[in-house]
Amino acid sequence: MTVALDQPATTAIKPAKRRCVSVARFVPYLQAAPLALILGAFLLLPILMIAVVSFWDYDFAAMYPDFLTINYADTLGSWVTWKTYLNTLKYAGIVWALTLFVGFWVAYFLAFHIRTTAMQMVLFLVCTVPFLTSNIIRMISWIPVLGRNGLVNSTLVEIGLIPKPIEWLLYSEFAVVLAMVHLYTLFMVTPIFNTLMRIDKSLIEAARDAGASGWQVLWNVVIPLAKPGMAIGTIFVVTLVMADFSTVQVMSGGQSASVALMMKNQMSLLQYPAAAANAVVLLVLVLLMVAGILRIVDIRKEL
Amino acid sequence: MSRDKRTLEFYVLAAFFALFVLFLYGPLSAILILSFQGENGGLTFPLNGVSLHWFANLFERQAVGDFGGSFKRSFILGLMVMIVTVVVSLLAGLAFRQKFRGATALFYLAVASLVVPSIIISLGIGVVFQQIGFRPAWYTSAFGAHLTWTLPFGVLIMFAVFNRFSAAYEEAARDLGATSWQTFAHVVLPMIAPSLIGVGLFGFTLSYDEFARTLMTSGTFNTLPLEIYGMTTNVTTPVLYALGTVTTVFSFLVILATLGAIAYVGGRRPRA
Repeated sequence: MTVALDQPATTAIKPAKRRCVSVARFVPYLQAAPLALILGAFLLLPILMIAVVSFWDYDFAAMYPDFLTINYADTLGSWVTWKTYLNTLKYAGIVWALTLFVGFWVAYFLAFHIRTTAMQMVLFLVCTVPFLTSNIIRMISWIPVLGRNGLVNSTLVEIGLIPKPIEWLLYSEFAVVLAMVHLYTLFMVTPIFNTLMRIDKSLIEAARDAGASGWQVLWNVVIPLAKPGMAIGTIFVVTLVMADFSTVQVMSGGQSASVALMMKNQMSLLQYPAAAANAVVLLVLVLLMVAGILRIVDIRKEL
Repeated sequence: MSRDKRTLEFYVLAAFFALFVLFLYGPLSAILILSFQGENGGLTFPLNGVSLHWFANLFERQAVGDFGGSFKRSFILGLMVMIVTVVVSLLAGLAFRQKFRGATALFYLAVASLVVPSIIISLGIGVVFQQIGFRPAWYTSAFGAHLTWTLPFGVLIMFAVFNRFSAAYEEAARDLGATSWQTFAHVVLPMIAPSLIGVGLFGFTLSYDEFARTLMTSGTFNTLPLEIYGMTTNVTTPVLYALGTVTTVFSFLVILATLGAIAYVGGRRPRA
């Protein structure tokens, strides 16, 4: 607090105090304006534009303003679309379950079994650092591990567990799920860790004193209190998987599909209105999922 | 609960945690090692000798795309995104401490920015630029696209920071006669400086590694992640790993520098 004392206290006398008060009412608007402007220009406007363009006509060369529903009819009427959506939802479900399981136990270990705060922070950073490096590099790094002559296969063959290399380790749905868990688990660990750290330890002691077993404490005290963190982690993981195209493309070697990958292919064929219709459907689906999760948890309270 | 049971749970979970760390770092260390592959070596183990051949290869322009140029673009873009993210998030964080009309809407807009699939933002910005007749470029459209990803993180972090920030410090400063600017510059800012550095780290690394949002918005010149993404389909030599090693080491250096800065700023605080 001595920092403030460095300043001469005499500057306190402000002559125009009353005017300051009325000006002060506009201050939050000025402070919020840059954020509102940037999100307006680069989030709201583009989404509105996509909604508009999804009704336009197009050919191989350009788009033509119109009001057609054919893009939606094509998208929703196609059997491939439904299959792709189902496949994406399947990835979301599997990856969600795995990241929730791994994320919860990692966070639980950090929060309840590491005794000093310094050690907790160090171990948490150890988990965090890989997530601040390139996603693509982290995907590529599975190639020497899972490939036909990769570490896993050559080890298994050497110790005689399998006669020849397993083909489905890389460029398969298995590889996609593994890479997604690898990429996205931290988004589950962080919010759960955050909520677990806020649990009052005396609640757990009270439960034990009242005769609860370890599992009962976990099931009836810890997990219910960790639910907001799990919900936030779920929002992250589900929206990231629903939006993913690169992991699916790289790790499945082009053998699997996701909604975003379908959009990306349409975009590379310059079929923007078709991609836009797809985008609107995907956006509605994702926002409905998030709205559903937000009914369980108030994010503003959890920060 | 008995002491024995607790230690068993501890050891099981510690083993699980160790496996998780191995899972995180194992593959990364594999490409780190393989980037030193000998000249005739391939994409998998075993190492066929040890050399710096692939690193040298990286800097020959024709071997891989434009590594130097794309790195420079990604680096500058990361710095731009970092500065804007820190300033705008701080201002928004200050705004959210007071009541103003549209605060809830703006907050949920920031959350929406986080959950809207990145490829949709990429497509949307691409189409908007096309329709108004601007040429997309990494420093305009991709810059905006990256901000839609970094700003919500920054705003949420600042929101969390100010939720825990006691107004008593500011009241004390004001009682001692500080103007509102002095209160901000000498009391609030030093206290939240470590968090601001954290926001800066997020801004830089998220932008530096982002590519789904850059896909439709980068214009003529690629950023580094786009360059790497292109390489995954057509480069079949360990030069890919060399590039991975270089960018990963760079990311690690950035993280270390940031942690150092946070420790430095945090260490100064007790004296203040």
